[in-house]
Amino acid sequence: MALSGLEIYKLLPRTNCGDCDFPTCLAFAMKLAAKQAELADCPYVTDEAKVELEAASQPPVRLITLSSNGHKVEAGNETVLFRHEKRFFHKCGLFVRVKDTDDLEAVKNVASEVDGFTVDYVGLDLELDGMAVEAASGDPDTFAECVEAVRSATEKPLILIGSDPDVLKAGVASLTAKASGTVPLLYGATPENWESMAALAKKADVPLGVRPGGGLEELAELTEQVKGAGVQNIVLDPAARDFAGTLTRMTQMRRLALKKNFRPLGYPIITFPGEGAEGPEEEVVLASQHIAKYGGFIVLDHFSQASAYPLLVFRENVFTDPQEPIQVEPGLYEINDPTPDSPVMITTNFSITYFSVANEVESAGVPGWLIVADAEGMSVLTAWAAGEFDADRIAKSVNATGVADKIDHQKLVIPGHVAVLSGELEEELPGWDILVGPREAVDLPAFLKLGNE
Amino acid sequence: MTVEIPVEKWPGQVREITLGATADEGGTRSHTVTVGGETTLPFLHFEGEIPHPPVVGIEIASRRPDDWSPLLLETWSDVVDDPAAWAKAAEEAGADILLLTLSLEDSVDDATSAVRQVLEACDLPLIVFGPGQADKDNELIVPVAEEGAGERLVLGVCEEKNYRTIVAAALAHDHLVNSRTPMDVNLAKQLIILIHDMGLPLEQILMDPTTGALGYGIEYGYSVMERLRLAALQGDSMTQQPMLVTPGEEAWKAKEAKVGDDVPAEWGDWGERAINWETLTATSLIQSGADLVVLRHPETVQRVQKTIDALMAEAGEPELVAA
Repeated sequence: MALSGLEIYKLLPRTNCGDCDFPTCLAFAMKLAAKQAELADCPYVTDEAKVELEAASQPPVRLITLSSNGHKVEAGNETVLFRHEKRFFHKCGLFVRVKDTDDLEAVKNVASEVDGFTVDYVGLDLELDGMAVEAASGDPDTFAECVEAVRSATEKPLILIGSDPDVLKAGVASLTAKASGTVPLLYGATPENWESMAALAKKADVPLGVRPGGGLEELAELTEQVKGAGVQNIVLDPAARDFAGTLTRMTQMRRLALKKNFRPLGYPIITFPGEGAEGPEEEVVLASQHIAKYGGFIVLDHFSQASAYPLLVFRENVFTDPQEPIQVEPGLYEINDPTPDSPVMITTNFSITYFSVANEVESAGVPGWLIVADAEGMSVLTAWAAGEFDADRIAKSVNATGVADKIDHQKLVIPGHVAVLSGELEEELPGWDILVGPREAVDLPAFLKLGNE
Repeated sequence: MTVEIPVEKWPGQVREITLGATADEGGTRSHTVTVGGETTLPFLHFEGEIPHPPVVGIEIASRRPDDWSPLLLETWSDVVDDPAAWAKAAEEAGADILLLTLSLEDSVDDATSAVRQVLEACDLPLIVFGPGQADKDNELIVPVAEEGAGERLVLGVCEEKNYRTIVAAALAHDHLVNSRTPMDVNLAKQLIILIHDMGLPLEQILMDPTTGALGYGIEYGYSVMERLRLAALQGDSMTQQPMLVTPGEEAWKAKEAKVGDDVPAEWGDWGERAINWETLTATSLIQSGADLVVLRHPETVQRVQKTIDALMAEAGEPELVAA
């Protein structure tokens, strides 16, 4: 968390000696706060103050990056507890775990499924981020073989899980031997093994997950030990697994990092919702809690399309910038090659609204003209309530698109939610018939097909 | 190393509100349901009190709701033609309360008779919503208020357009209302003030800030609810009403839940996807401050209640995992 000029001033010698080429310590402090001067310009600053000032210039939650073959997952650098305060910046990584005691073919199949899973949501391709491989066998060769099997099926980033540094080492070696620039997450260092784990992470130059035996004190001690051993990139295990426990711990960790600038817990959090849930149905719910409440890397134990899709959409929603509603360009959109007798519909430029409507018309196979009105990026009901989608605005949009020149009828379908505007619209758009469409996009195909008959 | 856990000292508290009335209280319910009373953010037991867990309602309709997803109609099967049977089935499915939605096609007699049948068929506190068009809501809810006199029903939909009529009906027969506004902190607060100014005690007003479904604007509802709850805890009296939302209705409007045919293959199994859609919409709103969520599918009810239990269960130190 950045310090203010006054806070920095308190840490300076306050002698106004001028050796920094600024007239006073306060002036120097102000320049430091504005990042227009270097602390090194002050020859008298104490080591203590140096440490404090350097720590303060670090982000409260360190950014951790996993990568491989051009894929990248970043977690951290978060600055708020609630998304409305600014926004959540780095979408938490979603991984699926396999174990080296599983059948190798089955492992490959899961990895290929996860790798190939892409789903379209409002024009975005949503994907999972990678795989986690757990060394459950305790045997280095078996683990390396499993890592290679996963790698043969996906090029996405990996998390290597185990408690025996020698076994994990075999996995890291098999990865990094193949491709340079591969940065997996190593998990994890415990109070028992942290020295050799830290040595391994340092040597391979990869981030290290830490998992305490107890509470936040133990976790903080462990991260300090690991950091002392030369590992800068750390990921925290909250050491709770259930709904209430993870919510409590992860909230406390985010608060400590942001509000207290508590460095030992200023790292992204890794979670294992499958370990705190009874079965896949509950795992999805717990994973969604971790998405909203401060998870950085989330390791799932089950993959199914019907769960991955809602989780990915939820992540997208939570990490959207609340200051910038996602919008599409207002104008006239042609769907399924419309002709002069095709229906004309109107909706707003909130992107979820637009895509819902456009997708329905498209999948209905009915050609149509879709007018997207500039409604400040709001949905139909919200825009109507805010006066951004009234008869006047709709009439202006219809006229601005020049759609009248492309059609041989004068019929306009308006969303069912603004049925009350019909009368007013017939006045604003003389000669046009105003037809009231369904309230929800999902009912458009039936409506359009009815119109065709 | 000592770690000092930051604890917020919130000056405010969410109001406690009780739905329904027993025979002693002039109604016919076997028990009442109380929501609210929190002195901290959702489920942060280390910081404050959460005296009442969030409550799960099931929505039923006065007549077969043909616009509902076929998945819902199949699941409830024959009872959708009979409000009394549906009420019983919903009670058996584990609902804490019921929401009866009236239809645009209902006459006043249809509406009052549906309410009477539902009250006779089950023991749960009841919410009654009109079809959601201000004029029709007024036409149906006024006689419904009289029919249910003494039951401490929640009457709705009580919006800016028609709150005067709905609130007058609640005042006349000692009912509650849902104060519904379109996903906006200031509008939510303002309508509470207007309703309260008419003389309805704050103990009879639920705040209904509206929500969007997962994928369809849930982030707006989620953040509006977080902001309202923060305002309540910071001591802003007119935001201290317990929050009621209808994730069931919203989620089942979404194509992902509603339909199974002609959708992308990567959406996966319809049934599982639909339940996930409704569940995640509901649980994330509970995490942002909902005190009362109304759902549509019985399986979702089970999952959401299990989640609430898990979030309420842990009042002390988090469960530890051996390293």
